[in-house]
Amino acid sequence: MPAASWVDRLALGLVIGGVAIAGPAGSAAAAEPSLQRQDELIHLLRHDCGSCHGLTLKGGLGPPLLPDALADQPAESLVAIILDGVPGRPMPPWRGLLPEDEVVWLVGRLQEGIGDAR
Amino acid sequence: MRAERRFVALLALVLGLAACTTSPPLRGTGDLGVVVERAEDSILIVDTTERQAIGRVAGLGDLSHASVVFSRDGRYAFVFGRDGGLSKVDLLTGEIAARVVQAGNSIGGAISQDGRIVAVANYEPGGVRFFRSDDLSPVAEVPSTYGADGARSKVVGIEEIADNRFVFALYDADAIWTVGLEDGAAPEVERFAGVGKLPYDALLTPDGHHYIAGLFGEDGLVVLDLWDEGAAPRRILDGYGKGEEPLPVYKMPHLEGWSVAGDRLYLPAIGRHELLVVDRATFREIDRIPVHSQPVFAIARPDGRQVWVNFAHPDNDVIQVIDVPSGEIVEELRPGPGVLHMEFTPKGEAVWISVRDANRIDIVDTETFETVGSLEAEAPSGIFFTARAHRLGY
Ligand code: HEC
Repeated sequence: MPAASWVDRLALGLVIGGVAIAGPAGSAAAAEPSLQRQDELIHLLRHDCGSCHGLTLKGGLGPPLLPDALADQPAESLVAIILDGVPGRPMPPWRGLLPEDEVVWLVGRLQEGIGDAR
Repeated sequence: MRAERRFVALLALVLGLAACTTSPPLRGTGDLGVVVERAEDSILIVDTTERQAIGRVAGLGDLSHASVVFSRDGRYAFVFGRDGGLSKVDLLTGEIAARVVQAGNSIGGAISQDGRIVAVANYEPGGVRFFRSDDLSPVAEVPSTYGADGARSKVVGIEEIADNRFVFALYDADAIWTVGLEDGAAPEVERFAGVGKLPYDALLTPDGHHYIAGLFGEDGLVVLDLWDEGAAPRRILDGYGKGEEPLPVYKMPHLEGWSVAGDRLYLPAIGRHELLVVDRATFREIDRIPVHSQPVFAIARPDGRQVWVNFAHPDNDVIQVIDVPSGEIVEELRPGPGVLHMEFTPKGEAVWISVRDANRIDIVDTETFETVGSLEAEAPSGIFFTARAHRLGY
């Protein structure tokens, strides 16, 4: 994939994500994480989310996080699940560990797919 | 005549030597083991006496969350991949002796008491599949079907038990099943329903007497007495969370038979930064030990003198060591980020620790706590030594 389209899609993801989660308070304008932070987030996604969702995100105790499964779900509800977890189920809340704009960025990446997650 | 015979003897000797140089020298496997490289498709074969890797075997598929059991001659490792792959690896030659991809998504397996059957617990499609350990040809399948609509549950915590049977738990179905396989007959399944919400892993006590499953959806655990035929599973440690809001769990704890030290069990609490100390005879809580974070593994040194504990993200750079007689934390180690697993040498003088993000295995002396060796490995996770071949529930 050429770099430009990658960036475009990412930007689109951010805009949609950003608009979607800007509630009445109108706060969170999603800033793009630094390149180094992006690497760290992808590492976290594969290894730490991956401990439940599988390193390749094809699913484990938690469901698959591949575009097939996520593309049609509203970004804001995915962001909410990641930030607040699913009560009574093993999906933990990441609020406090991950700032909201990083979660928005992660959801954008998940919905478009991060390629072979190796 | 004589000279001729001598020549033949000499020739035999030369041929024999030639053969020797191409086949590996004779050696035992009792001090061997494997290290899973979770982001690759490979394992390292390691020698715990020489403290070094003696080979790498690739082509094993997706090994994130892979686990391993051993043939009872200690020569072969059965590697269960996340992608449903089951591979039989020869530790002496480094060859893949057999391999099948038997499901879409699996979590682990067990090998029967008599060593003839390998069972794999699957998430997708949910159920257990059984294979002959010699050539991995299929023997039987037990789908984890529950409820009226034919849904299949994810299967967790599979262990081999007496009478050549297996026991496992059904995450989505709140159930525990046991399965027996008689030659040629259909699998004989015994089902216990309603054991408690969301069993996520289980352990077998080393004597094979009790099967204990952790429950994500309950403030307690469930135990099945395998010596008391017809006994129903019963809940234990009910209310250990004291009704308090559980803390988030960023990695599911693992339960295995190693958490038994003497007459006590050391169990990771769910959603609490504590180890529960449980009396093995009564299953009552004797004590609880506050620890650094959410415990993932609590593993007793083989003699039961110490219990080593590692933790969930974001505190997975720390290991704490509990001295069993005093109940005190006597050591805290910081090997580096991503401590995923610990495995003791058969008699426990050393422990091997995988430090995922440092791409390193550390070998630590369990008396002095000094690092006595280290090995490079690509994102190492599980470490498995062949001594497991001779223990129930490993
Ligand atoms: C301790 C295990 C665990 C960890 C770690 C974990 N998850 Fe989950 N996750 C789950 C489970 C289980 C579910 C399904 C919840 C249910 O049962 O309803 C889930 C559900 C989800 C969903 C909803 C999927 C859908 O199709 O509805 C998303 C999105 C998600 N997780 C993202 C993440 C991300 C991103 C991370 C890492 C930052 C993460 N999870 C870490 C266990 C986990």
